[in-house]
Amino acid sequence: MIRRTVSFLDERTGGAPLFRKALRYLFPDNWSFLLGEVALYAFVVLVATGVYLTLFFDPSTAPTVYHGSYEPLRGSEMTRAYQSVVDISFKVKAGLLIRQTHHWAADVFIAAIVLHLMRIFFTGAFRKPRDLTYYIGLTMLLFAILEGYLGYSLADDLLSGMGLAIGYAVLMSVPFVGANLALLVWGAPFPGDPAFWSRMYIAHVFILPVLIGALVGVHLLLVAARHHTQFRSARASERVVVGVPTFPGQTPRSLGLFSAVAAVLFLMGGLIQINPIWLWGPFHVAQATNGAQPDWYLGWLIGALRLMPSFDVTVGNYTLVPNPFWGGALFPLIVFAFLFSWPWLERRFTGDHAFHNLLDRPRDSPWRTAIGMAVLTWVFIVFVAGSADRVYVFVGLSYNAQLWAYRILAWVIPLLVLLAAKRICEELRAGDRVEADRKAAEAAG
Amino acid sequence: MSRLKDWAFSAFVLFLGRKPKRPVVERERLVAAGALEPRAELAVLALFGAAALCAVAFVVVYALDRLPAQTQLLGLTLGLSFGFLAAALILIAKRLVVTEELEEPYPVPAHPEEREEVVQMVEESGSRFTRKRLVTLAGAAAGTALTVALVTPAVSLGPVIDTDSFYRTPWRRGRRLVDEAGNPLTAAEIEQDVFYTAFPEGADRELIGSPLVVVRLDPGELELPSDREGWAPEGVLAYSKICTHAACAIALYRKPLFPPAHEPRPALICPCHYSTFDPASGGTVIYGPAGRPLPQLPLVVENGELRAGGNFSGPVGPSWWGVRMGKAKP
Repeated sequence: MIRRTVSFLDERTGGAPLFRKALRYLFPDNWSFLLGEVALYAFVVLVATGVYLTLFFDPSTAPTVYHGSYEPLRGSEMTRAYQSVVDISFKVKAGLLIRQTHHWAADVFIAAIVLHLMRIFFTGAFRKPRDLTYYIGLTMLLFAILEGYLGYSLADDLLSGMGLAIGYAVLMSVPFVGANLALLVWGAPFPGDPAFWSRMYIAHVFILPVLIGALVGVHLLLVAARHHTQFRSARASERVVVGVPTFPGQTPRSLGLFSAVAAVLFLMGGLIQINPIWLWGPFHVAQATNGAQPDWYLGWLIGALRLMPSFDVTVGNYTLVPNPFWGGALFPLIVFAFLFSWPWLERRFTGDHAFHNLLDRPRDSPWRTAIGMAVLTWVFIVFVAGSADRVYVFVGLSYNAQLWAYRILAWVIPLLVLLAAKRICEELRAGDRVEADRKAAEAAG
Repeated sequence: MSRLKDWAFSAFVLFLGRKPKRPVVERERLVAAGALEPRAELAVLALFGAAALCAVAFVVVYALDRLPAQTQLLGLTLGLSFGFLAAALILIAKRLVVTEELEEPYPVPAHPEEREEVVQMVEESGSRFTRKRLVTLAGAAAGTALTVALVTPAVSLGPVIDTDSFYRTPWRRGRRLVDEAGNPLTAAEIEQDVFYTAFPEGADRELIGSPLVVVRLDPGELELPSDREGWAPEGVLAYSKICTHAACAIALYRKPLFPPAHEPRPALICPCHYSTFDPASGGTVIYGPAGRPLPQLPLVVENGELRAGGNFSGPVGPSWWGVRMGKAKP
C-alpha cells in the first residue's frame, strides 16, 4: 500500500528524491522553536472557522428590525450585518462555538506571532541568511493586526463601531492627505458609504487571508531552503545542523502540537465567553459606552492615543498634525520601523556581515538584548496605560495621576531596563568566562 | 444451515491463502530500531479511543435539541477530542517512534559559479541593443504609465479630492430638535444635571453631523465667546455629540452634585480617550487628547420648541488638515 502510493506519486511527479529529502529534513529541538508553529496552527483554525462563519454572515448595512429569539434586542433597529452575527450566536447550532473559537484563535494567532518575533529577535535568528524571512514575518504581523481589526469591526456592534470611528479618525489625522485617504477607504464621511462594508468584507475574508497564506508559504520555503537555526552544542556548529528528522520523529510532534492548539482554542471557544455582541447592542453614531477595550493587540494604540496631551499642530488655518496621528499612526510606525530596520542597524554598528546558523543566547549580544528590552518595555508601558480607566474603576487610583505617571514612566523605565539588561548580560558573560576558565584549568590539571 | 457454514469456512480459508506470503528480506535499517513499548502502545490505543468517543459525543450533543449549555458542551467535547488526539500523538512521538538526533551539513551559503553564469547570461542577452539605457528608460516609462492607468479606477472608491462633504451637516436655521423617539424637544423639558441626545428632524441620524448633546446650565454660569450671544436661550446649550478627537460619541456627563467634588464644572466626556469639554465656555477642551473644541449649535426657542439657530460653530468630527479652513455648512 505504502509502496504503491509512493510509486504512483514518483512516476507522475518524479518526486521521490524530494520526498526522501523531506522525510530527513532536520528540526533542531528547542521549545521556543514551536512558537511559530503555534501561530501557523492558529491560522489553520482561523481559516477553517472563518470559512464556516462566511456561510452565515451578511456584510450588509441594510436596516432591519430584530425579531429573533434573544428577548432584550427584539424590536431594535440594526443592520443586517449585526443581525446575522446575533443569529450566528443564537440561531445557528454550534454557531456560537465557531464564532468564539474564531475570535480566540485570532487573539492566540497574534500572541504567538509576537512571542515568536521576540524569540527571533533576542536570539539573533534574523541575521543573514534569514533576514528576508524576518521581514516577511513582520509583514505578516502587520497584516494579522489589520485582519483582526477588520474582523471584529465587521460585526457592527457598539464596540466595533467605536473602533471604526477611532480608525477613521486616525486615518483622517495623517498630515496632508488624511481626509483624502479616509474618503478613499470609507467612500464618504463616517460612518461611510454602504460599499465600505463590502470593502471590509472582501479584505477580511479574501485579500488579507490570501496574502497572509501566501506569505506563510514563502516564509516556510525560505526556512526550509536555509534550514533551521540552532543553539550551539557539542555537535551543533555553524556548518552542521543537528535535529530530529521530519519522519518519523517530528511528524507526530507537529501533529500533536496542532491538535493541542485546536484543543485549547475549541475549549476556549466553548467555555470562555468572548465579545458577547448581543450585550453591546447595535452601533449607532450617537452612541458609545464607557469601559470599552479593544482586543489585546490594539491595546498599545489605545494607550498611546490616551497619553497624548491636548493639541493639534497648526500653521495658520492649516492643521498640520491632528492629535490622533501621534498615538494612532506615528507610534506604531516607529515601532515597526525599528523592527524592520534592526537587522540593517545591527550590521551597520557591529560590522557583522557574516552567515549565522548558530543562535545567540540573549546574553551573547548585550546591546541587542538591552535595546530590544527597552523598546519592548516602552510599548508595554503604553499598552498598560490603555487600562488606566479600568484601574481607576477597580482600584480608585486617580486617572489623571496615572496618566502623568505613565507619561514619565514610559521614558524612564525603558532607560533603566536598558541599563539593567546590559549589565545583567555582561555579568552573565563574565560568569560564563570564569566557568570556562575553571573547566579548562581542571582539564589541564 | 451447516452447508452455509461450510461455504463460509472454505471462503475464509481461500481468502487467507489467496496470495503467497512475501519472503521477509533482511536489509539494513534506515530508521533505528528501538525497544518495544507495549504499555505505551496500549495507552495510545486508549487515547485514540477517548478521542473518538469525545468526537461522537460532539455529534450527539449537536443532534440533541435544546440542551442547556449546548455551546459549552460542544466546545468541551470537541476540545477534549483534540486534546486526547494531541496526547496520543505526543506519546507516539516520545515513546513509540524512534527519536534520533541526526546530523547534516547546512546548505552551502553561496553558489559563486552559478551566480556568475546568471549575471553573464543576462548581460550577454542584451548585446543586440545599441541604446540600452534609452530602451530601459522607455520601458520603465511605459511600465509606470501603465501602472498609473491601472490604479486610476481606484479613485472611484471615494471623492478623494472633494473634501467639501466634511464641512456639511444636516443642521440649518429653523430645523427642529427631536429626541430618540422622534418627538420635538421643548426647552421646558431640558433639566439641569442631565444630558439629552437630540437629532435633526427628518434627517439621517447616522451621519456624524446629526447627533447633539443638549444640557441646561444656569445662565449666570455661562462664559460663551462674545460672538455666540443668544446661542443658549434660557441656558440650554447644544453641542455636536461627536468627539473632535476620534469620532466617538460623547456619552458621559460629569455634573458634580456636592461641594467636595474635585472638578467644580460640569463637563461633557468622550469614553474612548476621555477628552473632556466644558459646555459653559463653548465646548473648550479642559482635559484629554482632543485638539479642538466641541462644535456648538446655536439654539432658538419657538413656541417652547427647540430649533437650530444656524449651523455649528465649526466642522463636526475628528480633525483633518482642513478642519480650521472652512465653516460648517448645510
